[in-house]
Amino acid sequence: MALAFDEYGRPFIILKEQDQKTRLRGIEAQKANISAGKAVARILRTSLGPKGMDKILQSPDGDVTITNDGATILEQMDVDNQIAKLMVELSRSQDYEIGDGTTGVVVMAGALLEQAERLLERGIHPIRIAEGYELASRIAVEHLEHISQKFDFGTEDIEPLVQTCMTTLSSKIVNRCKRHLAEISVKAVLSVADLERKDVNLDMIKVEGKVGGKLEDTELIYGITVDKDMSHPQMPKQIEDAKIAILTCPFEPPKPKTKHKVDIDTVEKFQTLRLQEQKYFDDMVQKCKDVGATLVICQWGFDDEANHLLMHRNLPAVRWVGGVELELIAIATGGRIVPRFQELTPEKLGRAGLVRERSFGTTKDKMLYIEHCANSRAVTIFIRGGNKMMIEETKRSIHDALCVARNLIRNNSIVYGGGSTEISCSIAVEAASDKYPGVEQYAIRAFADALDSIPMALAENSGLQPIETLSAVKSQQIKENNPHYGIDCNDVGTNDMRQQDVFETLIGKQQQILLATQVVKMILKIDDVISPSHY
Amino acid sequence: MAIEKIFKDDASEEKGERARMASFVGAIAITDLVKTTLGPKGMDKILQSTGRGHGVTVTNDGATILKSLHIDNPAAKVLIDISKVQDDEVGDGTTSVVVLAGELLREAEKLVATKIHPMTIISGYRMAAECARNALLQRVVDNKENAEKFMSDLMKIAMTTLSSKILSQDKVHFAQLAVDAVMRLKGSTNLEAIQIIKKPGGSLRDSFLDEGFILDKKIGLGQPKRIENAKILVANTAMDTDKVKIYGARVRVDSMSKVAEIEGAEKEKMREKVQKIIAHGINCFVNRQLIYNFPEELFADAGILAIEHADFDGIERLALVTGGEIASTFDNPESVKLGHCKLIEEIMIGEDKLIHFSGVEMGQACTIVLRGSSHHVLDEAERSLHDALCVLSQTVNDTRVLLGGGWPEMVMAKEVDELARKTPGKKSHAIEAFSRALVAIPTIIADNAGLDSADLVTQLRAAHHKEGCNAGIDVISGSVGDMAELGISESFKVKQAVLLSATEAAEMILRVDEIITCAPRKREDRM
Repeated sequence: MALAFDEYGRPFIILKEQDQKTRLRGIEAQKANISAGKAVARILRTSLGPKGMDKILQSPDGDVTITNDGATILEQMDVDNQIAKLMVELSRSQDYEIGDGTTGVVVMAGALLEQAERLLERGIHPIRIAEGYELASRIAVEHLEHISQKFDFGTEDIEPLVQTCMTTLSSKIVNRCKRHLAEISVKAVLSVADLERKDVNLDMIKVEGKVGGKLEDTELIYGITVDKDMSHPQMPKQIEDAKIAILTCPFEPPKPKTKHKVDIDTVEKFQTLRLQEQKYFDDMVQKCKDVGATLVICQWGFDDEANHLLMHRNLPAVRWVGGVELELIAIATGGRIVPRFQELTPEKLGRAGLVRERSFGTTKDKMLYIEHCANSRAVTIFIRGGNKMMIEETKRSIHDALCVARNLIRNNSIVYGGGSTEISCSIAVEAASDKYPGVEQYAIRAFADALDSIPMALAENSGLQPIETLSAVKSQQIKENNPHYGIDCNDVGTNDMRQQDVFETLIGKQQQILLATQVVKMILKIDDVISPSHY
Repeated sequence: MAIEKIFKDDASEEKGERARMASFVGAIAITDLVKTTLGPKGMDKILQSTGRGHGVTVTNDGATILKSLHIDNPAAKVLIDISKVQDDEVGDGTTSVVVLAGELLREAEKLVATKIHPMTIISGYRMAAECARNALLQRVVDNKENAEKFMSDLMKIAMTTLSSKILSQDKVHFAQLAVDAVMRLKGSTNLEAIQIIKKPGGSLRDSFLDEGFILDKKIGLGQPKRIENAKILVANTAMDTDKVKIYGARVRVDSMSKVAEIEGAEKEKMREKVQKIIAHGINCFVNRQLIYNFPEELFADAGILAIEHADFDGIERLALVTGGEIASTFDNPESVKLGHCKLIEEIMIGEDKLIHFSGVEMGQACTIVLRGSSHHVLDEAERSLHDALCVLSQTVNDTRVLLGGGWPEMVMAKEVDELARKTPGKKSHAIEAFSRALVAIPTIIADNAGLDSADLVTQLRAAHHKEGCNAGIDVISGSVGDMAELGISESFKVKQAVLLSATEAAEMILRVDEIITCAPRKREDRM
């Protein structure tokens, strides 16, 4: 029972200790936290690398997800433990910031925690361990910068970009056609990238999927696809040189939002209102026709009569298009979203070279393709695959590849993958540790050991002898002073990652180390866990 | 300190071997379930729904069976999903795809038991699938140029598809029906244009294809029952009370006489509308929405046949066949395209009266009337016919054709075996396993037909050792026969989809080493 006294000397209770309320303190709390963190890392450990395994996740509603993307696994895992939740956050922030390496960062944090546990048992104060880790992470990040390489690419020479994306994709289920998908991702990113500002707006890339067909049928569309069809079954299915009116007002009789009452009490009023209604529809369609639109895309529905008038006046239309899609269409076609018919002018129309409707399979599945747009900066990646889970997993993989390509455009430094950078950093940190007097030395050395665990996991997942392989590669790196040696996961026959073309982005790796260190520091500093009682 | 529980209360986690076993067991259980429906002598299943009335379905369509199962096993869900996709994409082969995926997993289980890493198995399977696909590609027959031969190909495919269904007794009749219907589509895959009407009574053999269009509606009272050279206006408009919709207006009066006045005005409005419609010079008016008695009476006076409440599909199809457009406003009669047909008459099928449009302009749509002794028979007949139609319409687009009766599997197995011999390393085992899984399909077909599968399949394999062999299993005579002579064909597209999605699904399940199940969402008690 925690008691305190107020200024008048009256005691009051700060924290009620009940039977149900669990409370852990001191070294107990730290150990418990570390073991929880390790448990999460252990789940992801087998998913690391090109031969990593997948996980089946069954959601509360019984839906099945199959993935080996760290962020997705953790997100859907439904964890209850506070520390486990921190690890979930960790992987999520890596996902938001970099998009790739979400598994690696958790495995890294798990390894750091494991090492910390050993140091704690020796009686080293957690804060000292945390500080040691901080120092070590700085050394590692600097070393990364040191061994990184700049590489050049242009809009024509996309090969290096494709290679990097292939490294990312090779650990996913889609690695069967990684070349194809990597090329698509790179082309997509390049077409929306602003090379001068070195920025990429990934919102401009829409990733759509439809089950059926095969993975090889996945294609990049320079334009937009909308999961809708023409509002009237007899409208033309293909429009060339379309001028598109993008509307957010419905083709329906207006219903003023302010409170109103139009009462019909005489025959004359009935007649006038009737005429007005007819005229209103006519005006709407006429307005669109007048500005020269050849296609109407509307966010809302159409009245039957308006629909027929549109059809009759040979003005194809699409209804119930979602807000996000509407914006994308506006960006792609260079049009403006028009909220009222009165404001429709020829300048506000979007342009597209070709709009066509395509149907799939035996069901009545139709999609609208808007291609050859005025502003070709918006693209769509259209994924096909054997089943729903496959499509979802491909979407996630493509997202990772897109992020990698974007990061490279922002910063064209790369490091070599296959665990080579971790080994190299580990050597550098190990060497630096001896220079520090004091207890931190042990923490820094532990950090170096933790770095080794990533290549170790890679080797383990690839069916190699982890300790033997790691020590062989490590000695090779030191002997030849070449940081490009890594784990030969795919059994190619060489350890040199430069020859295998296995690249990763520098910022991705740096983020991994920094984020993992931060979370571990945070966990180490906790010495009291108070959880509320269940009720 | 023991490891803390990191999941929520009811969540469960299965790792490594246990997870793998759970998914293998689930997948194989599903496979064994649908296995017996494969092939011309496959058996049917009765499905009873848990919903109200406990409706019963009798079927041997893989997709239908799997769709109605309530499964908790995640690996089984993957298999169900591929079957559904196969149904949506090509329409047939829904059972084969599940059986093949299941067999691949069964083989993989044995390999895992002998300590071969799942990733090695996967890469072996991939090589094998690629090789098998190439083997098929080399052997395809494409009769696109030769229209007559192509027609006979289509006929053969339809017969092969139908022979495993309830329609197999009259497969020639139904194959002809299906081919005729698909050829009318002229290459489009829009199966919506083919209407299937089910009327209990008579026998399956009494089913027929009508090149016209049959609308399951009655003709209004006092209107002509037979119209020659009909001009049809297809509409989607309100013919009940034609409200004023603008500004949310409403009627508010204070005396009886005014109500009468407004009613009069409304009636006048309706009369005008009807006048406008009549001014199109039509003698048949089909509306998607209701037609009230008053306008119906007006139409009857003008000698116009008015049909109300034709559902949306009916309207679209009718517009498609007659070449008219679906109209909703009637102000400029000169520019609305009217539909035409030679003859509209009321016909009787069984006890029901239907409206029959014949001599239509655009021959794209047609109607198939199915007759049969019970609803269950009709439902199953419709599914079978749907399968056949899907396959045919896909074949019209992709005209490559293969032989059937286990022939493609044997061809693939042979090539894959060759590959296994050439490949060094552990992958070779996986490739061999792939070939075994392929051979399992003819084995199951033979088993289901009550034949000695071990004997037949080995005979078949020996026969395939010769180049350019057409041998397959002839289930009817229970021996190895020449598939080309027997006229058993299958569409290449279906076989390719089966091969690829089965491999993909098997790969997906093999890659899993952990299953995490979240706590099921709690249902709130509605007490």
